[in-house]
Amino acid sequence: MTTTTNHARRGDTSTEGSSLPPRPHLPLGDGADSLPAAPPSSRRTGVARPLGVGLVGLWLSVLVLLPLAALTVTSLGEGIGGFWHAVSAPVALASLRVTVLVAAIVAVVNAVMGTLIAWVLVRDDFPGKRIVNALIDLPFALPTIVASIVLLSLYGPNSPIHIHLNATQPGLLVALAFVTLPFVVRSVQPVLIEVDREVEEAAASLGASNWTTFRRVVLPTLAPAVISGTGLAFARAIGEYGSVVLIGGNIPRKTQVASQYIQQQIEIDRPLNAAAVSVVLLAIAFVTLFVLRLFAGRSLRREEDAQ
Amino acid sequence: MISVIGARRSYGDFAALDDVTLDIPAGSLTALLGPSGSGKSTLLRSIAGLEQLDGGRIVIAGRDVTGVAPQKRGIGFVFQHYAAFKHMTVRDNVAFGLTIRKRPKAEISRKVDDLLEIVGLDGFQHRYPAQLSGGQRQRMALARALAVDPEVLLLDEPFGALDAKVRADLRQWLRRLHDEVHVTTVLVTHDQEEALDVADRIAVLNKGRIEQVGDPVTLYDRPANDFVMSFLGSVARLGGALVRPHDIALDRDLERARAADARVGGSPGVIEAVVERVVRLGFEVRIDLRADSGTRFAAQVTRAEADALGLVEGETVYARATTGPDAAEIHPALAI
Repeated sequence: MTTTTNHARRGDTSTEGSSLPPRPHLPLGDGADSLPAAPPSSRRTGVARPLGVGLVGLWLSVLVLLPLAALTVTSLGEGIGGFWHAVSAPVALASLRVTVLVAAIVAVVNAVMGTLIAWVLVRDDFPGKRIVNALIDLPFALPTIVASIVLLSLYGPNSPIHIHLNATQPGLLVALAFVTLPFVVRSVQPVLIEVDREVEEAAASLGASNWTTFRRVVLPTLAPAVISGTGLAFARAIGEYGSVVLIGGNIPRKTQVASQYIQQQIEIDRPLNAAAVSVVLLAIAFVTLFVLRLFAGRSLRREEDAQ
Repeated sequence: MISVIGARRSYGDFAALDDVTLDIPAGSLTALLGPSGSGKSTLLRSIAGLEQLDGGRIVIAGRDVTGVAPQKRGIGFVFQHYAAFKHMTVRDNVAFGLTIRKRPKAEISRKVDDLLEIVGLDGFQHRYPAQLSGGQRQRMALARALAVDPEVLLLDEPFGALDAKVRADLRQWLRRLHDEVHVTTVLVTHDQEEALDVADRIAVLNKGRIEQVGDPVTLYDRPANDFVMSFLGSVARLGGALVRPHDIALDRDLERARAADARVGGSPGVIEAVVERVVRLGFEVRIDLRADSGTRFAAQVTRAEADALGLVEGETVYARATTGPDAAEIHPALAI
């Protein structure tokens, strides 16, 4: 039972994913549509399937798969050697390193703070809770360039509180933490609302302190949501441009992030360099999301095994 | 031994516990029985320390635990919906209380295996709760609560989420387990049959107060008031008095009914009624009746009695209570 479900799920992924090997074509599949015949799932109704799968395939192709493929092709315009040369240029490497490092720190900070914020919003009552709850989404909803200006006005050269983060790595951290704030909060919150409080009472009755209960009983329940929120925050952070463009300072090898490097390469007419670094960012994002799915799948399986 | 002394707890205007005083003898299996909102769960959770009292004291085995955290009360608690740790195996669930006490591995292992055998889950060590049936999950929860050698075992509607057959099996099993383990056990239930079946003492609660405490037979036969009487079994209203349906005798002949009734002191007298329906429920036969005053009630007779009477619908009969004078004394409502 479990294996079939997994199979189906993995099948779905390969339909969405880009460069996975194509599934064997069934004789009836028409050549015009690149999508293979429907996955071997007997639970769905047969009527909507060809139309639904076709539409989703077309939509994803036009929006995601084809542009990504085109980008990959561009990056390989001068062969693997050209690609490698573009990626291993010291400034390019430095920008990638800064990006991944800052994004990783932001992701970890988010994991802790996001879980804490979600906890307070779900478990505690305080005046203005609804306003705080609404505020969480604001950094995400705001145009990122506005976020940059907002942060610059408080932490920039004319800081009213004399904290100067302009053109520093901490400045990058603050900017990225700002725009990725909602991810962990919004993925943990619904799970926490659904958590069975009696389980915590059971742990207490067995002698577990509040911290032990949180660590051994609550956290394992929240872990999939925390991990998925953290991963999304990380993926968002490595590609962030608007919010760091003003406060980051764009100093090569120090605060220049990969997206700024790409922009710079485009401006000096080096599309291959831009494409190559883009492909690396793409690969990092893809691997992050893929690992997340594995994690989510595993914990899901453990709980729903054999039902 | 658990003593609850003058316990009070209110939620806003609603008094969940209104000056409750109750002694629960060591080693007993006591049921807290009452309708929903009677305060029985609040009382149990207060004993566990999961609810704070507004006033009063709780003493467990001679130790005043009123302000003590649930972690330090020496209790085992079983919830209606199992409260299983879903991400842990059966073995880790049961071992939880011992693991966090950092007991030696060998001791934990031995104890968990023993307990799983007692609750009949031997061989299920490596399953997850999701792979168990409801009854198995609840037995796992019981083993988990017993693992820490609690002073008292508290069960909050433990069979409420199970279907009827499993529920009946499990309560027999709980009774046998209690005879084996002898831990002071308090069981909350709204099901009078469950309380009569499993408990050796019953405390009936209503509106945050204790109506009566005693063994099942006393409570059933000598209820302290109308509430206890009607909560512990079905009742019929006969001439203004409450009578159990199986304590109603029917007769075709008025004079004979009167003569028989005269021998029972303080009874509500002979009531003329019309048979509305005769329902055969296996061994028993229920006879739905309508008194001349218009009130409806039911009498419960055995099949042999029903056959001897040979009643048909629409016929007039004379009903009387067969409860003796001693019952009438205990139960003043019968003496009207």
